Amino acid sequence: MKTTQQLEKQLKRHSKAAKLEIWGKVVSFSALLLIVAVVVGIIGFVASKGIATFTSNHVNLWDFLTDKKWNPGITDANGKPEVGALPMIVGSFLITILSAIVATPFAIGTAVFMNEISPNKGAKILQPVTELLVGIPSVVYGFIGLSVVVPATRAIFSGSGFGILSGTCVLFVMILPTVTSMSVDALRSVPRYYREASLALGATQWQTIYKVVLRAATPGLMTAVVFGMARAFGEALAVQMVIGNAALMPGSLVDPAATLTSVLTTGIGNTVMGSLQNNALWSLALVLLLMSLVFNLIIRLIGRKGRLQ
Amino acid sequence: MFVSNDVSTTGTMQKRHIVQPRDAQHPIVLSTEELHVFYGKKEAIYEGDLQFARNQITALIGPSGSGKSTYLRSLNRMNDRIATVTGRIMYRGVDINQSDIDVYEMRRRVGMVFQRPNPFAKSIYDNIAFALRLRGTTDQHELDEIVETSLKQAALWNQVKDDLNKSALALSGGQAQRLCIARAIAVKPDILLLDEPASALDPVSTSQLEDTLLELKKQYTIIIVTHNMQQAGRISEYTAFFNQGRVLEYDTTSHIFTNPQVQITSDYVSGNFG
Repeated sequence: MKTTQQLEKQLKRHSKAAKLEIWGKVVSFSALLLIVAVVVGIIGFVASKGIATFTSNHVNLWDFLTDKKWNPGITDANGKPEVGALPMIVGSFLITILSAIVATPFAIGTAVFMNEISPNKGAKILQPVTELLVGIPSVVYGFIGLSVVVPATRAIFSGSGFGILSGTCVLFVMILPTVTSMSVDALRSVPRYYREASLALGATQWQTIYKVVLRAATPGLMTAVVFGMARAFGEALAVQMVIGNAALMPGSLVDPAATLTSVLTTGIGNTVMGSLQNNALWSLALVLLLMSLVFNLIIRLIGRKGRLQ
Repeated sequence: MFVSNDVSTTGTMQKRHIVQPRDAQHPIVLSTEELHVFYGKKEAIYEGDLQFARNQITALIGPSGSGKSTYLRSLNRMNDRIATVTGRIMYRGVDINQSDIDVYEMRRRVGMVFQRPNPFAKSIYDNIAFALRLRGTTDQHELDEIVETSLKQAALWNQVKDDLNKSALALSGGQAQRLCIARAIAVKPDILLLDEPASALDPVSTSQLEDTLLELKKQYTIIIVTHNMQQAGRISEYTAFFNQGRVLEYDTTSHIFTNPQVQITSDYVSGNFG
């Protein structure tokens, strides 16, 4: 009887291992809590500031999204402030979609070369090069854009050289390594036996790549492209350096324009907290935040669809 | 009927016993001469000289790492980008191991089925039509007909005839492997290479697969790598025993199993080794 009680006591006493276990759980859980708090805090802060334009300054949401005049300090003939964000929304989407369209074929082509055609050279030379390109700071890309791309555009199309076209060129180079390395991952995740099955049936390597590998990797490739678009959409500095920062509806690809990010970076330091000008910028930030959420959702949807296949 | 060309034992050479098939009704369609396979500098097959009789099943047996799969994969040049294969692979009088051979055309005649069932993530119909479409067959009636006959030959038609447009990934392991056989025979090959096709299957599926192979040998020459001695005994006419990259014994299956000439073969088939 006594031994049973002793055994129970021993077994119920918290050992060092059990205490460590609890400690580990507490640490990882508080790390999680902190991150959730930060994310919720940022979203809440941006949202409350961004919504103020519509609640305290009584700007119509529809006007904000569709008006073409951006001049928060000035009121128009009807006494309404000119806070039309359409030029920036259009600029952001235009530059994002264009750079994705240009980058995708190059990225997938490079990925196919690295993974299918010449895996040895791909692993030895191209892999480090892409990784290096991912790590270059955006100000460097912007600076090269400013000193090479803008003068080139000016020489070819005349005008100032600043605009959507220059921005697209810079963003194309910037998102290319991201899309490429994610495409490589997508191709790598296609099982080897798909390729073997295709080759054993007498398909050529190109037929195997085109009909089997790329088809099987489509969800992964789409994720890569959307990821690149998300990066292009959110990129501020490099774009701001080459796009011209004129908050006007872009008439052509070589006219100075603006994106949501470029207006934010140039404007946020010159406004007073709580003023309409400041609130309007927060509204732009809110649009940006919502768009990145949308991009994230798309990526998750594609991923889920890919798994279901 | 059988001519022995026994390789004698000299010095450190292991004893080998090679009897190539000689059967007027089943002439040789494929043979290898002085075949060596290297992975980089490492030699995986030292000398694999075998002849394969038409419309017969030849089993390649041996312990893991003995080189039997490497040998099989060399036969339709699936090792091209992986290993260096020297020597001659004579297919109906033509050396298909020459660099100017169109491997894609050759693989249509020498098809292959792999260890793991590997259907594409496409419908059952599209899996079988894949190779035909690559070759430019667009006629719907012709495709329908070939899909049906291929599935019938692979004994899968009755189970899937109403589900041809469903994903092939939904099939069971045994069904998927028979789909792969149907896919391989859809291009009407001459020779069918099978690399341990039953190793991922349950006993019932394995036995069905064996019945299918016995049926298929009427039309195709079959070379099968297997780990399963009983399987080799049940379905093959000829058996080659591989060990450490060498063919040590090759003869009719009944000889290999009842009267092996080489000690290692004897140990292996009786289960004392490997």
